[in-house]
Amino acid sequence: MSTPRATALNAADLVKTYPGGRGAPPVRALDGLTVQAASGSVLALLGRNGAGKSATVKILTTLARPDSGHASVAGIDVLRDPDRARHFIGLIAQKSSSDPLATGRENLVLAGCIQGLSRADAQVRARELLDRFDLGDAADRLVRTYSGGMARKLDVAIGLVHRPQVLFLDEPTTGLDPEARAQLWAEIGRLSKVEHTTVLLTTHYLEEADQLADRVAIIDAGRVVVDGTPDELKRDLRGDSVQVDLAAASQAALPALRRVTGLRDIAADGARLRARADSGAHAVPAVLAALDAAGVAVASVTIARPSLDDVYLRHVGRAFHDQTEEAAA
Amino acid sequence: MTTTASPATFPTPRNIGKGKPARFLVHSGYVTVRSVRSLLRQPTFAVMTLIQPIIWLLLFGQLFRNVIHIPGFTTASGNYLEFITPGVVVMTALFSSGWAGTIYIQDMERGVMDRLLASPVSRGAMIVGTVAYQSITTIAQTVVIFVIAYASGARFPGAAAGIPITFLAACLISVVIASFSDAVALLLRQQEALIGISQAIILPLQFLSSAIMDTRVAPAWVRDVARFNPVDWAATASRAALSAHTDWGVVWPRLGLLLALSVVLGWLATRAFGNYQRSL
Repeated sequence: MSTPRATALNAADLVKTYPGGRGAPPVRALDGLTVQAASGSVLALLGRNGAGKSATVKILTTLARPDSGHASVAGIDVLRDPDRARHFIGLIAQKSSSDPLATGRENLVLAGCIQGLSRADAQVRARELLDRFDLGDAADRLVRTYSGGMARKLDVAIGLVHRPQVLFLDEPTTGLDPEARAQLWAEIGRLSKVEHTTVLLTTHYLEEADQLADRVAIIDAGRVVVDGTPDELKRDLRGDSVQVDLAAASQAALPALRRVTGLRDIAADGARLRARADSGAHAVPAVLAALDAAGVAVASVTIARPSLDDVYLRHVGRAFHDQTEEAAA
Repeated sequence: MTTTASPATFPTPRNIGKGKPARFLVHSGYVTVRSVRSLLRQPTFAVMTLIQPIIWLLLFGQLFRNVIHIPGFTTASGNYLEFITPGVVVMTALFSSGWAGTIYIQDMERGVMDRLLASPVSRGAMIVGTVAYQSITTIAQTVVIFVIAYASGARFPGAAAGIPITFLAACLISVVIASFSDAVALLLRQQEALIGISQAIILPLQFLSSAIMDTRVAPAWVRDVARFNPVDWAATASRAALSAHTDWGVVWPRLGLLLALSVVLGWLATRAFGNYQRSL
């Protein structure tokens, strides 16, 4: 249908503001966001809550309109021709989009019919998807009796019922147990590799982006701060990350670390210190000695190869996990 | 492009956009079926939907039985049950349809609304689906009311034309109120706000009409307000059509007004999707 590396998804200079309400200034959710995905690839948008991930998905799926900018999906301008674009996109929203008072099969058949499949075709497709997502046994039970993981799998199946060329998954694995998450990851990988579906997923999980995505775009304050393949992003960070957890937060810790030669990107966050070094193994004795000399008690030291968390820290200025934990609290 | 062999026809640039009017009706049908199925899956709710109008008919029929003796109260037969039967039909349609928007609120709270809006279903079909569902409910309730009224001894000399016209008037009121409720749901997106507004509007609409009381015994201002009240149009038209000597000059203009109002409110509700999407 389309040439293998054609651009299946293109957002350029998207700006979106929301009214602040009650005299508050407008909120700029997207501030010139630009991102692209090649046909058949998986693009992950990574960022904390409110960074602009969902706003981007809403614009690309024709739900919201930007104040300015361009957006196209499967070669169709979604702002000029949303009706046409809707035939080629699948949306798996953050919240469950199945009907709890219908069975899994009824949900799928109805979704298929709405997407333009004949009733017979929709039934064939529903059976196919129920088997593929291991929901065969639960097919004729009401969705309200499903577990969270089953309901999520059904959501994904509903999004796939019309074989969309571009699939949008908004935080697909939030709240899933590890087994359900692994199953969904395998399915997303298969979609891209076997069915050549272009996938855009937003996620809170660095591990998820690392595992699944061909390209990762880190979003902060409505802009893409950096994007590339996970390996490219990590390669940009030379050396290892060194993380020191102190027994208790200490004012003396940061100045002590600054005196250690070979340490870069030193940052403190409560009782946790982070830094980078060409060789973590060589840096650790010096780090411990410096902290000991300053009278700071250390609880643990971790050395790691660069992770997406480090990439995030470098480009956004704060560690990803700490922010998401804050957001969840 | 895909590895799974399937005979199904999936959307391609060539096969979309064909048969738009047919697609509109088919989509409206799917949205209607979905709601009817949900109702049938909640038997207690479905049964209560049918029992409530019976309670109203019998309760008001007893409670206000003697109002017909108030000087100025005009009934064709001097039987209050016969007077309020069309009134309770309209009132039931009014109260049931006021809740129509709650389906949208539930869909918004889940991801159903976003999924439907990102699919090829037109906004118009989504409105038609919900008002069609309300009309089906209204028809079932109206059947029950007439059965109970006849069983309780009410007789309607103009029944042959009057009963179909009562069904029509009740359905039109359902469309008017359900469209209004849908629009409020899309504009305010909040269950509490929808309930508050519905109640603030439905009760006055009910009591500033001739549904259960002849407005000729009410103060003059009530009569003046009732002339602009669609609930009164529906009750008056139905009652006139059920009477022995139907004045069609009373029936047709009111049905015409109801029809015009349903079209206008249906269109406004469809426009309200734009407002909802601007909030996304």
